[in-house]
Amino acid sequence: MATSVGRRQPGLFARLGVHAEKSFLLDVTDLPFVFRLEPRRDRPHIEPRRREDAGAWDARIAGTLSALLGLVHGAADGDALFFSRDIVIEGDMEAVLALRNALDDAELDLSVEAAAAFGAAGAAAERIARRILPMASRVTGLALTRRDRS
Amino acid sequence: MGNKLELVCPAGTPAALRTAVDAGADSIYCGFRDETNARNFPGLNFSPEEMAQGVAYAHAKGARVLVAINTFPRAGAAEIWHRAVDEAARAGADALILADMGLLAYAAERHPQLRRHLSVQAAAANADAIRFYVEEFGVKRVVLPRVLTVAEIAAINREVPCETEVFVFGGLCVMAEGRCSLSSYATGRSPNMNGVCSPASHVHYREERGELVSRLGEFTIDRVSKGEPAPYPTLCKGCFSVSGKRGHVFEDPVSLDAATLIPELAQAGVTALKIEGRQRSRSYIHDVVASFRRAVDAQAAGNPIPAGELRRLSEGQTTTAGAYRKTWR
Amino acid sequence: MPERPTITLGPLLFNWSADQWSDFYARIADEAPVDRVCLGEVVCSKRMPFYVDRIPDTIERLHRGGKEVILSSLALVTLKRERQMCADLAASGELEIEVNDLTMLAHLPKGRPFSISPLINVYNEGTLVHLAKRGATRLCLPPELPMPSIETLARAAASSGVVPEVWAFGRVPLAISGRCYHARVHGLAKDNCQFVCGKDPDGLKVETLDGEEFLTINGVQTLSFTHCNLLGDLGRLRAAGITSFRISPHSGDMVGVADLFRRVLDGDLEDSEATARLAAMMPEVIFANGFLAGACGADFVPSRRSSPADIRAS
Repeated sequence: MATSVGRRQPGLFARLGVHAEKSFLLDVTDLPFVFRLEPRRDRPHIEPRRREDAGAWDARIAGTLSALLGLVHGAADGDALFFSRDIVIEGDMEAVLALRNALDDAELDLSVEAAAAFGAAGAAAERIARRILPMASRVTGLALTRRDRS
Repeated sequence: MGNKLELVCPAGTPAALRTAVDAGADSIYCGFRDETNARNFPGLNFSPEEMAQGVAYAHAKGARVLVAINTFPRAGAAEIWHRAVDEAARAGADALILADMGLLAYAAERHPQLRRHLSVQAAAANADAIRFYVEEFGVKRVVLPRVLTVAEIAAINREVPCETEVFVFGGLCVMAEGRCSLSSYATGRSPNMNGVCSPASHVHYREERGELVSRLGEFTIDRVSKGEPAPYPTLCKGCFSVSGKRGHVFEDPVSLDAATLIPELAQAGVTALKIEGRQRSRSYIHDVVASFRRAVDAQAAGNPIPAGELRRLSEGQTTTAGAYRKTWR
Repeated sequence: MPERPTITLGPLLFNWSADQWSDFYARIADEAPVDRVCLGEVVCSKRMPFYVDRIPDTIERLHRGGKEVILSSLALVTLKRERQMCADLAASGELEIEVNDLTMLAHLPKGRPFSISPLINVYNEGTLVHLAKRGATRLCLPPELPMPSIETLARAAASSGVVPEVWAFGRVPLAISGRCYHARVHGLAKDNCQFVCGKDPDGLKVETLDGEEFLTINGVQTLSFTHCNLLGDLGRLRAAGITSFRISPHSGDMVGVADLFRRVLDGDLEDSEATARLAAMMPEVIFANGFLAGACGADFVPSRRSSPADIRAS
């Protein structure tokens, strides 16, 4: 899916600049694993890892699934989440800011990106996702789609 | 001055610009993705193409775009700033927000028809200084420094031959802006020269004995215990020690909310209200702009201003009326 | 370099008693090898009444001592009284005025010569040329400028007939505010400050929570904790075309400070030896010159010839 986002969102990489070459640890504190994100322009990569094998990283962003998804979907303000300690940041602050700002401009919608990543089956997948996600979002309180579209 | 106040809103990205326009901004201010603007943060700001698209989007919906080129050009490299002025003109900007005298002179000479606003970074804090900029560079509007009381703003408006714009919401500089080198003293990078204050590149957090320590360069700017609201280590909002007493020596980690002062500011003759925060997210922009849209409309209709609804978005999650009340000093 | 470089004693930034004030300038007039002295209140208009009546005698004494006198204007002008102070200064007569806020230019007729203080934002040639056309004859550059900017601006100054000066000694003014920090840390309102800033002749130290000495507050002004000291950099600054050097008053031996700068500029003393003597004169002081290197301003970056053992680096 990360590769697909890379193809579909060239502006995101222009914003990331040199920070596209860095590695980010997305530490979802209420899940038993973490995500390792390497946004490299040629081969963007995201993979789940066990917390203890996360490997070296330039920046770590930790928070609940709800807070991190809110950040990606623009439903929550990164600074506000940070001020309230809902997310905790460590390491290369410049890289974190670049990622935050690039994501905020990209207006990503993970359900659309997931659908696109599945290729031919994409449209059907998006229709299904769109029906299910708002319901899931209401139930869980998570921002599962971009708020201005859901 | 019975005219309706103009609501001037920030945009750090094209998405934020569209959000602000859709949420009811009258004007958007933004800058190019380089050292020419005072919010030169990683991942933020506009390429020339994005600027032109942003202006087109705003104009199609009846909003204006003001381009901030408000750092001080580096000696020997003024052409970077000159190019920014030319690009803004080419993009169809409605005004330039400038601080440097040399750059004002350049814009006045090359683009005499393009409105020039004086940035808060120029720190023109009284009617005489404002008159100087109006006479010398044909400035049409001055963004007033955040060191003035409402009464002082009213006095200025009675004397000056131009419009004034004041900050009503967001981060609060406690120093006269454009006249502060605290950041370069600690990091080598300053608002005036680099468009950054307390830059992220020099920020480090570490946990120590149950406390979160925030450091800027080689200096500790704050320590808070786990669970307390976390401060970004903006130098002047730090917690320090003077004569053995610990405290926020310069300013508490609060941000400005002058929503309830809108009627007084209108009475004081200001033309435009400005929201700080080009570095903030779409989500923030949406909530703050929509809230101030309601407040400005309420004021125009003679209704009371809804207050306090934005506190959760603020640094320290508390707000102040800042210098607008004399007790702040 | 045919021109003999000059030394300017900047305005006293701190709140000293009227007697301390008079005694200080009397000694400067009689003993200090400086070419020029800036007089007047820059930081807080409320301090002015304490010594205003001593100014005429002091000017006369400085003139007798062979010093040029320049009158300094206020740095932050918001009140009616402060605007009036600027207008009065402009109307005051023959002495050259140093502009600390552009408010002054609204009062000075076009063509009347003036000096530009380090508190005015002159970062590039465009601004320098504009001010030169307006009557600027002397320009002390903003202290945060790095060496490449100084070199470019010194060239622009030379071709515009402006004397370029740099901040060479003393705590560096970093910020000015509408709020009084001295009053704030003493729990007082600015309007009822009881002039508590008068207790601290070189400002009040601000430390970080980890005990790092960081800044100094002086009423509405914030300065560096370190003292800028460019003794070891005078050679390359002169080579860059800087022809005047500013030392800023502190409670230590300013005649001694001026003497060291004079002797290094005249080639009578090695800069490393001068720096060692300066450190011995004020053992509690930490020196910095980081702005020149484009580094953190609080850093001390030793110049080629200084031996690190001579310098208490920050």
